[in-house]
Amino acid sequence: MFFSSWPILSIIVWLPIVAGIFVMSFGAGRASVARWFALAISVLVFGLSVALLPGFDTHTYAMQFVERVPWIPQFGINYHLGVDGISLPLLILTTFTTVLVIVAAWDVIKEKAHQYLAAFLIMEGMMNGTFAALDAIVFYFFFEAMLIPMFIVIGIWGGPKRVFATIKFFLYTFLGSVFMLIALIYMYFKGGSFSILAMQQLPLSMNEQILIFLALFIAFAVKIPMWPVHTWLPDAHVEAPTGGSVILAAIMLKIGGYGFLRFSLPITPDASALLDGMMIAFSLIAIVYIGFVALAQSDMKKLVAYSSISHMGFVTLGIFVIFMIYDNAINGGSGIHMALEGAMVQMISHGLISAAMFLSIGVLYDRLHSREISAYGGVVNTMPWFAAMMMVFAMANVGLPGTSGFVGEFMVILAAFKANFWIALLAALTLIIGASYTLWMVKRVFFGEIQNQGVAELNDVNPREAWMLGSLVFLIILLGVWPNPLLDLMHATIEHLAQQALTSKL
Amino acid sequence: MEKIYLAIVLAPLFGALIAGLFGKKIGNAGAHWVTIIGVAIAFGLSVYTFYMHVWGGLPTFNAAVYTWAATDSFQFDIGFMIDHLTVLMMVVVTGVSLMVHIYTVGYMQGDPGYTRFFSYISLFTFSMLMLVMANNLLQLFFGWEAVGLVSYLLIGFWYKKETAILANLKAFIVNRVGDFGFLLGIAAILMYANTLDYATFFERLPALASVKVEYWPGVEWSLPTVIAILLFIGAMGKSAQVPLHVWLPDSMEGPTPISALIHAATMVTAGIFMVARFSPVFELSDAALSFVMVIGAITAIFMGLLGIVQNDIKRVIAYSTLSQLGYMTVALGASAYSAAIFHLMTHAFFKALLFLAAGSVIIAMHHEQDIRKMGGLWKFMPITFVTFLIGSLALIGFPGTSGFFSKDSIILAVEASKLPGATFAYWAVLLGVFVTAFYTFRMFFLVFFGEGRMDAHTKSHLHESPKVVTWPLILLAIPALFIGYFTIDPLLYSGFFGDAIVVLPIHDVMATLHEHFHGAWAMLLHGFVSPVVWLSFAGVGLAALMYLGFPQTLPRFFAHILAWPKRVLDGAYGFDDFNAAVFGGGSRLLGRGLWRIGDVRLIDGLMVNGTAFLIGATALQWRKIQTGYLYHYAFVMILGLIGFMTWIVFLR
Repeated sequence: MFFSSWPILSIIVWLPIVAGIFVMSFGAGRASVARWFALAISVLVFGLSVALLPGFDTHTYAMQFVERVPWIPQFGINYHLGVDGISLPLLILTTFTTVLVIVAAWDVIKEKAHQYLAAFLIMEGMMNGTFAALDAIVFYFFFEAMLIPMFIVIGIWGGPKRVFATIKFFLYTFLGSVFMLIALIYMYFKGGSFSILAMQQLPLSMNEQILIFLALFIAFAVKIPMWPVHTWLPDAHVEAPTGGSVILAAIMLKIGGYGFLRFSLPITPDASALLDGMMIAFSLIAIVYIGFVALAQSDMKKLVAYSSISHMGFVTLGIFVIFMIYDNAINGGSGIHMALEGAMVQMISHGLISAAMFLSIGVLYDRLHSREISAYGGVVNTMPWFAAMMMVFAMANVGLPGTSGFVGEFMVILAAFKANFWIALLAALTLIIGASYTLWMVKRVFFGEIQNQGVAELNDVNPREAWMLGSLVFLIILLGVWPNPLLDLMHATIEHLAQQALTSKL
Repeated sequence: MEKIYLAIVLAPLFGALIAGLFGKKIGNAGAHWVTIIGVAIAFGLSVYTFYMHVWGGLPTFNAAVYTWAATDSFQFDIGFMIDHLTVLMMVVVTGVSLMVHIYTVGYMQGDPGYTRFFSYISLFTFSMLMLVMANNLLQLFFGWEAVGLVSYLLIGFWYKKETAILANLKAFIVNRVGDFGFLLGIAAILMYANTLDYATFFERLPALASVKVEYWPGVEWSLPTVIAILLFIGAMGKSAQVPLHVWLPDSMEGPTPISALIHAATMVTAGIFMVARFSPVFELSDAALSFVMVIGAITAIFMGLLGIVQNDIKRVIAYSTLSQLGYMTVALGASAYSAAIFHLMTHAFFKALLFLAAGSVIIAMHHEQDIRKMGGLWKFMPITFVTFLIGSLALIGFPGTSGFFSKDSIILAVEASKLPGATFAYWAVLLGVFVTAFYTFRMFFLVFFGEGRMDAHTKSHLHESPKVVTWPLILLAIPALFIGYFTIDPLLYSGFFGDAIVVLPIHDVMATLHEHFHGAWAMLLHGFVSPVVWLSFAGVGLAALMYLGFPQTLPRFFAHILAWPKRVLDGAYGFDDFNAAVFGGGSRLLGRGLWRIGDVRLIDGLMVNGTAFLIGATALQWRKIQTGYLYHYAFVMILGLIGFMTWIVFLR
């Protein structure tokens, strides 16, 4: 690559942050300049992250585009970045979603628009940093720091109960990450390094592993979120502005799943294997229980929030079912990679679909200022193109083959069957429950006679919204029809990860 | 040939995309031309493919087009398997689809969703072709769900109608219940055979035949039984077998052309096709075959009975579709796969014909569908009348029509079957013949004979439908009449399907039938001395007596003396009420309960806010210690000092 000598990951991480601080200085009077500038930066960063692909070697699990500079040498902390097959797709998802969020805010956010855009640019940099970090302190720094812009976004541009929601969101995630910090510091004292890769090699006794696993579990389970620590998410989503919901669902939840893959499995393989029953149980509860809860919602955002939790159940199921697949002798171990790759695909796909769903709800909210399902009805009459795109998103949420939503669920269910019939059966219930809550909402919002004056006066999507949603339609279908390139990206990493997870440290 | 197969699939998809995305620009005529040409290309090439494979001696084609996903040791492909079973399905699907496309030009004239409709039915044709041409379970499932999607879109095509949008939701969810079983079946196949490819799976099947699985402590199942039943649950959803049949009658809320294409001729037969495709698995399990046969028999007789009490012309035909699907399923259970596919084919033609003819009646009646408000139509619409008659005769199995050969073969096959449940199935399908004849001709007489019961305005406007409507009727009437006579020998007794269908010698009822088969003509003659034909004549006779002879008195008399059974039938055995109350209401109740109690009260109320409250309350108490008075602190210090010294002096 012609820019192989550049610190390209650092640019991807810091350019948005620096640009965000710069945008903040624009002042409220130059909102239009701020928009174009923010858009240009986000497109540029997205372009840079895509430009990593041609130079990315898919045949190795080793970290690539690595940068390493001593940061606080007294404590063995290095500024250490790099990507592999599981972080690169998530990184690209982040940069892509940020572009969407900036487009979505275009004529919608009028109050302090420059600050809003700045918050998202800064958040983008921090999320990129989380995915690229190879040093635990760098990871922790970004992991915590990204809460601040999100806190501000919900707290300033959010709904009427935004203060309650932000505090709940902040306390929950902060509580989780404190435990993670303890675990990280313990491992530093034990191994003398904050390098994540070194931690993965660190020999740990079973008791140590269990405690570290639980500490990490609290951090990541809250983030993803798993039942029963999920209740902050619906509250946060309902109060967050559209952009906040999109980033929250599409990216921030994925950091939980990413954490399980990057930290829990390789650092505490024996504890993961020991506690897999609990993780699988929580995942299945998320899939089934939360699915029913989604059915009962009357607020569209809440419904999609619960649907997100349910879909994240497939991520954690795919990650932790591998130990049972391994134990089931009939398979000879086949299915483990499929489970992990299924979890990864589910994360990427859910990133696209949840972004699409929240953006669509935003499109409606911008017009009628309500998220209640009952405030709508017959929207297809006045917004046919919007309804058509929403149909694609709904079907993807339902997991229809040919959309990205199918791929991950299919792989995880098939892999779960290799572990245990009943796990697969419970997971497969999502086919019925997911269809019920999603399509019932679609029916009530979109179909039927025009319900009220508001719906009668709706205008169909404008070109900006059409491009924003259309690009998601394209990607969702592309990934559904041909997921193989995405899988190719992660084979080597997943293979290595599975080996780490299944090799005992005792 | 590979390019031809690809073109067959892609031509309708192209038409669908153009009509769907650019419908406004190309206008109504543009939309129907681009889709009709697309489907016509698919049909032409399908016929060519049929010719090349059946007479041209082309071997079975089986190859991947591209790799959908490679993960682990598995490779999931998109690919085609073209054998005789496939080519037959391709011709039926594209042929009926083409007729329906042409017919739609007339039927949907003036509808605001004209271009959208063409886009949908072309998309359906693409999906259905993907389904039948698949060479692996992934693609089969893709096609399976895609036809379900289009069915959902088309049932709810008139999205302003509350009944329509309820019906499509119901159809999708009920089908999903079937797909739930189907997906688990696919997972079971992947688990034990480590492949989703048909050919590889069948190769590895013998090694799996004796595998036992235990999903419930103490209950052992043979693996083929588990796989077969799970797959069949999928078929029950798509092919509307009891108890997953509830969506099909409601699907009649969609426009009539798709009732013909999707909900009678093609999509609903996907389940039958799938079971035939997986005959090697079903053959390994007597339990699964018996299960299939009994479910089919229940559907055949009990859904037929419901046809008697319907007054909506489309719902009568819908229940007859359910019943006929039951016949096909019974044939599958009796291992007479070829007879099932044979009936699938004849049914596709005569049922599409019946629906389209019914549609023609509905156009003439200004979208009135109640047969009690019709009557005497034969004078006004002769072509519709004759073609409707042909469809009805084929449906009741009148000797010589296509339905006669296929339905008789099924009944004979069930008679020859020795599996548990075969006796019940035999009586069910035999009685079903009488029932079919009765409800079919009840409808026929009410629609075309007697006095006209419509209002004066409608009556004054009665006329035959335009040519785009009548020509497809005529073109479908030809195979509905004759195709059985010409194809029974090759399809059933000359090994047409080759390796595509596998039957074990102990189940081979078709071989038994073959011994007694001396050509179609002999079968036709023999038909007149079999109970089957007389039962159907009796059904027609009773219908004639009641609705031609004494239409004022007899129907009312029977309704009176059979009041209780009629109530059961009117309620369709209570399936809908049960589902609405238990599954619909139950899951909403459960959802609300889990949310209000689990999430809001327990997790948020007790755990989250409880912790917050506890911390707050504790702090409130502990705060009191810090009074700020110096003498309090000094007092505590002295107490501490005394305690510490006591410990050092006395206890250490």
